Amino acid sequence: MNNSMANVLNAALGWLTKALDAPSAKAVVFGVQIGGHLFVEGLLLVVILFLLSQKSYKPPKRPLTRKEIEDLCDEWVPDSLIPPITEEMQYEPPVLESSAGPHAIVDGKEVVNFASANYLGFIGHEKLLESCTSAVEKYGVGSCGPRGFYGTIDVHLDCEARIAKFLGTPDSILYSYGLSTMFSAIPAFSKKGDIVVADEGVHWGIQNGLYLSRSTIVYFKHNDMKSLEAALEKIVVENSKRAKKQRRYIVVEALYQNSGQIAPLDEIVKLKEKYRFRVLLDESNSFGVLGHSGRGLTEYCKVPVDKIDIITAAMGHALAAEGGFCTGSSRVIEHQRLSSSGYVFSASLPPYLARAAITAIDILDENPELLKKLNANTSRLWKELSSVPGLSVASSQDSPIVFLRLKKPTGSAKDDLKLLENIVSRLLKEESVITVTSKRSTLDKCRLPVGIKLFISAGHTESDLLKAADSIRRVAASVFAEC
Amino acid sequence: MITIPYLTALTTYFSYGLLFAFGQFRDFFRKIYDWWKSSDLQGYAPICLGLEDFYIRRLYLRIQDCFGRPISSAPDAWFDVVERYSNDNNKTLKRTTNVSRCLNLGSYNYLGFAAADEYCTPRVIESLKKFSPSTCSTRVDGGTTSLHNELEECVAKFVRKPAAIVFGMGYVTNSAILPVLIGKGGLIISDSLNHNSIVNGARGSGATIRVFQHNTPAHLEKVLREQIAEGQPRIHRPWKKIIVVVEGIYSMEGELCKLPEIVEVCKKYKAYVYLDEAHSIGAIGKSGRGVCELLGVDTADVDIMMGTFTKSFGSCGGYIAGSKELIRFLRYTCPAHMYGTSISPPAAQQIISSLKVILGEDGSKRGAQKLASIRDNSNFFRSELQKMGFEVLGDNDSPIMPIMLYNPAKIPAFSRECLKHNVAVVTVAFPATPLLLARARICISAAHTREDLLKALEVISKVGDMVGIKYMPVEPKKLQHGKHTKKEA
Repeated sequence: MNNSMANVLNAALGWLTKALDAPSAKAVVFGVQIGGHLFVEGLLLVVILFLLSQKSYKPPKRPLTRKEIEDLCDEWVPDSLIPPITEEMQYEPPVLESSAGPHAIVDGKEVVNFASANYLGFIGHEKLLESCTSAVEKYGVGSCGPRGFYGTIDVHLDCEARIAKFLGTPDSILYSYGLSTMFSAIPAFSKKGDIVVADEGVHWGIQNGLYLSRSTIVYFKHNDMKSLEAALEKIVVENSKRAKKQRRYIVVEALYQNSGQIAPLDEIVKLKEKYRFRVLLDESNSFGVLGHSGRGLTEYCKVPVDKIDIITAAMGHALAAEGGFCTGSSRVIEHQRLSSSGYVFSASLPPYLARAAITAIDILDENPELLKKLNANTSRLWKELSSVPGLSVASSQDSPIVFLRLKKPTGSAKDDLKLLENIVSRLLKEESVITVTSKRSTLDKCRLPVGIKLFISAGHTESDLLKAADSIRRVAASVFAEC
Repeated sequence: MITIPYLTALTTYFSYGLLFAFGQFRDFFRKIYDWWKSSDLQGYAPICLGLEDFYIRRLYLRIQDCFGRPISSAPDAWFDVVERYSNDNNKTLKRTTNVSRCLNLGSYNYLGFAAADEYCTPRVIESLKKFSPSTCSTRVDGGTTSLHNELEECVAKFVRKPAAIVFGMGYVTNSAILPVLIGKGGLIISDSLNHNSIVNGARGSGATIRVFQHNTPAHLEKVLREQIAEGQPRIHRPWKKIIVVVEGIYSMEGELCKLPEIVEVCKKYKAYVYLDEAHSIGAIGKSGRGVCELLGVDTADVDIMMGTFTKSFGSCGGYIAGSKELIRFLRYTCPAHMYGTSISPPAAQQIISSLKVILGEDGSKRGAQKLASIRDNSNFFRSELQKMGFEVLGDNDSPIMPIMLYNPAKIPAFSRECLKHNVAVVTVAFPATPLLLARARICISAAHTREDLLKALEVISKVGDMVGIKYMPVEPKKLQHGKHTKKEA
């Protein structure tokens, strides 16, 4: 067996050698000797080329079949549109049957109203009502168009000029709703890549504007200048390379509606100049209130108004109108006329409200003693309320929003709120005084403690203030005695 | 979609290219000038970066006098346009005391409530004296008056939904409602031509956004199937909920939404429908109840109905109508309700009174007359324009009529020539419309009489010949098929 195998192999080998050495194998092509080994190499080359040309193995793609998609669509169960209604959602606010002045009528009874931000007492003022009536008769109610398409009425332009003249800025722009002012102005100036340092107690309008602008947001502790300085220092150190192109802003409110604190503007301006940031100031609750002629926080802190880059305010507070405005340099205002979405894509302010704002500013200019009265009321109530059992005053002394906080918080915001709502509803039912608890929407990121707010007006008399203080003392004592 | 003739597309591209090149040329010189002159920024970054407002500085400022024209009377069928002049080549415009009385084809005054009305205005003045122009307070604090509650009941009854909630501004309604209803993990499918307020609200909510082709229920179905099968991006978990957002009438096209088909698709795939009736409430439908009435859709099938009062009711504000639980939930959570000042009481009274007039509850037939008048006016005007050879978009019965201009030079030409003949029109260009498709938009009102419309047609025809925008063949007077314009569905 082995021998025959060896013989066969030898024969095959001998034959192969002969074949390779045969004259045909020794062909001469172009003067090059072709040996037999070249055939083997040629064969190898062919095998390699064949393998390379094969497609590599990929697992086959299997898109979902029609039936599978239908099954998935049938199986899918969406969440219900709204979560189930709980008991807290059944809250009903008091319904007024008259105007929201210092004395109002609720359920047929007369009550003392501390729930309207009517700081100068303009609600029900005859001059205001007269000018609004003539505006309604001339222009109708609505303006029927956005500012770019025949919705600009001459009262709008007059109002913008009046506000700019009152504050001493080059120009101003009117918005048709107070809440939309901030959340349209911020995205026009701050985009992705810019940095904004904001106070943690700013209201929802500002928070929404910051979110829509997609910039980097850094919050600092409420009204704490050291925390602000640390944040600014950190940002400048981390971003020194992009200083030329990156816009940096500090956003604060002049008078915070979530806590009644006043921002220290002079220190903020010092920090701003040191670290090269721009300041956006929301003066909704301080315009027409602070400063000896009502020009706002800049006058109160003795800061020249051109040091603040952008000032916005809602007119639904001291001016007893609606809408909002923004003032600053001409470049800032002109830019907003085309890139601020709440200005371009929305109908303009009804003309009678613009006329109301002009009249309100005129009355304020002529009667600065209203501010003195408001100040006197504020300090009186502040003094009276410093001795309420269980509640302490947490707002600044000059702020017309008096903010009462629990001396001993229960630990959970919900329970705190229940207690405070109890106090407020008893104040209305038993003592006929309307006050307000701070309400937080589910979208609001602010985590400041909740409390009771009282809005003081220049129209309140001393007896109103004393009555309010007495009532709060009585009701608070009985509520805290129960629990 | 609009198909644009080749020659027009070429000339439009050429015009824009020329303007763009010229603008870049001037910017180049401006850069040199600024480098040579020291800047006064002192280490701050410029507040508006150069690229962002290239379009504004080089293109928009040339034709700035066509936009933002101030008026000095009520925006009724005829109004006074204030004349302006410029000393520095249109960069700043100054008012003069001259006014010209023009025919108003631009304001949203569909039922003619814009000026002082015999029924509404006395009641508005009464409520002004009683409640004062503002309540200075939010709805949840102390700003709810009996007028607000009455308004919400009236609106709910009019729209045929169980309950409604009213806000002070239409734009804020959309921006503040969508974040409350849907958040991260949800999907919003919106029409490609939706209004900026809806886009802002959708972005502010944090949900994923997908777009479907304008008014195409078949594409909506395709997108829904794909998205439900795939789930959330990257993690592939199922979506928490899906909301489809459409508008009743699209304000730049004048088209009605294909609501019955869209509602059917959404029901099949269990998605919620959000209908924005900003332009259609009060203006279309037999009794003015909007696109649901016109197209025969049951209001119980539309989950959330939103609308504004600025257009047909001559006031301001917006509303949301839905089930009682939905409205109760919104009252507790919506930021616009809790932080925004309540709607001005005289404006609320204007809405209540105009609703009463429309429904005929004031004891006269004016409401029905107004509705019939706007329908007849719209149909008459549209058919006449089409006969003259203009390319007009929009469906029958819709009071909005865009006339295509295309070329950027025709925009100021059309606008200024019409103003010379005392007709005020609105022209719209980029970025409110796509770059090539600039148009002039006409809004018809019930306050326009037949003579007003004939005068408008005469002027528009003359100016159209001068400017050269009669793109369609002029229809001979006897053959009139009443077909649509050249747009593919």
